[in-house]
Amino acid sequence: MSEYQEPLYLGIAKRRRFSRFRAWVLFAVPLAAILFQVYVPLFFQYGSYLDLPLIVTVYFSVTRRQPIGGILIGAGIGLVQDSLSHQPMGLFGITKTLCGYVAASLGTRFEAEHGAVRFALGFVFFVLHQLAYWFLRGVLLGQAVDPEILRTLLLALLNGAVTPPLFYLFDKLKTEG
Amino acid sequence: MDSLLGRYRNITVLLLVLFAQLILLAYQVRTDQDVRLIRIWAVSAVTPVARVLEGARTATVHFFEDYLLFAKASEENRHLRAELGRLKMENQSLRSELGTAERAKLLSAYRERQPSRTVAARIIGTGAGSSSKVVFVDRGSADGVRRGMAVITPDGIVGKVTESFPTASQVLLITDPTFAAGVVSENHRVMGTLKGTGKPDCIVDYLQIEERVDVGEWFYTSGDDRVFPRGIPVGKVVSTGQGKVFKDVVVMPSGPRNGLEEVLIVLEGVHKPIPETSSASEGMYMLPAPLSEQQAASLPEDATTRELVFGTEADRLREHYRKVGEAQGHVYGEGAAGSRPPDFNLKLSEPPAAGSPASGAVAAGPDVNAVAPPKAAKPPAVQPAKTSPAPQRSDSAESPAQRTTPAP
Repeated sequence: MSEYQEPLYLGIAKRRRFSRFRAWVLFAVPLAAILFQVYVPLFFQYGSYLDLPLIVTVYFSVTRRQPIGGILIGAGIGLVQDSLSHQPMGLFGITKTLCGYVAASLGTRFEAEHGAVRFALGFVFFVLHQLAYWFLRGVLLGQAVDPEILRTLLLALLNGAVTPPLFYLFDKLKTEG
Repeated sequence: MDSLLGRYRNITVLLLVLFAQLILLAYQVRTDQDVRLIRIWAVSAVTPVARVLEGARTATVHFFEDYLLFAKASEENRHLRAELGRLKMENQSLRSELGTAERAKLLSAYRERQPSRTVAARIIGTGAGSSSKVVFVDRGSADGVRRGMAVITPDGIVGKVTESFPTASQVLLITDPTFAAGVVSENHRVMGTLKGTGKPDCIVDYLQIEERVDVGEWFYTSGDDRVFPRGIPVGKVVSTGQGKVFKDVVVMPSGPRNGLEEVLIVLEGVHKPIPETSSASEGMYMLPAPLSEQQAASLPEDATTRELVFGTEADRLREHYRKVGEAQGHVYGEGAAGSRPPDFNLKLSEPPAAGSPASGAVAAGPDVNAVAPPKAAKPPAVQPAKTSPAPQRSDSAESPAQRTTPAP
């Protein structure tokens, strides 16, 4: 970044408003997402196609624009998701920690208000999450991984499609700071 | 150093978190043990909410199931109500048909018992006008119905034919204000004129104030109007009162009592006697009937015994006439009309018992017409009680003495 670019960048950064949320929102929304993930598929199997914990992680990371916050949110949601799954603790924790950090880093540079941007966030982070998950399972745990690229892309499209409306709903819960 | 950490703080935290989780993951893989504590925390945090959600879901599902069940039950209830209504209408129709059949059966039975020649007719319409009480029946001049014929039901008179058409007839109902018929009361044989009032009840007009009519007493047709045969029920007295000139008697007609659907038109009327009245006092004591001749013959021939046997004037006259008839070989009740009667002035060799009030009249040759029972035209109301011995009746006409035994 040159000396001429920095003031412009800082100016844009200053114009951005940092979103704040009430404490119960930071607790209840991830919990609701996890509950959805573990509860809804019992009665509606297609509910498992949606990775709401990932979408929630991306949303809070992008809107709060704090990489450390994104890291903590991603790690927390991922570990809880690991706790409720039948796999070693840390798989979802690591993947969502990475997603939270990357999302928060992107949030400091992009406005995620537009629907297309939000769709792209949902699509890209689902693919990124799956890649990281496959990598951890294959490399760290030594488990066989079936990538299912097409299925992953379709699910990424689905998650990208539900991301804008979910972000719109979450926007109703934030307080501008 | 601080600035370095501050500049790379985010990536440092990321690496620390990732490293910690990698250590956690490696520990689990290496020891093949689970990190139970974290799972307990997570499960403890999630499951209560999940339980609440499950309860809410169950309640919601039950609510909707109950709602659907209720809606289904409501729909079924609606169908059942419709079915019930249809069955009620069908039942009502069947009852109506059954009632019609029963009425037709009763009408047929009554028609067979009725001495008058009648024809059954069905009410097919009513006359126009709110005050006009006329109906149309499906029998007309083609069936022999003529104007002035009586229309009755087994319960009583209904009206009379006022117009006769080829296929139908117009019947003036008993309740029409212009209707009139001669009637006689059951108990006291009081004769009057029944008139309609335009209302469900009728009045009996031209009854003298001193005439006695009881509430609940029946009126029958008297036959004097030459329309209704004598002896057909008209109605029951519901109220009586003293009018200015005549007695006010209100009668509830019995003919239309059960509704008018089928009637009988009297083509050729036959008069019937007025039915016997019921006893005014069920517990009334009555003397036994006088002894028969065979029983009397076994008794000693003295005046006291004769008084006991033939205790009334009518009995003594009857005995005298019997002996007159026997003396001349005449049998009462036989012989063609216009044949020679016995000589009632014939002096018998055996005079009646001394002291009898009728002995002088018999010896002087009494006129048969003069000694006729004084109440023959209007029999008294007193009738034998059901519990008392039945009076003996002769084969001839009913004796007034047998109907007028005084109460002790």
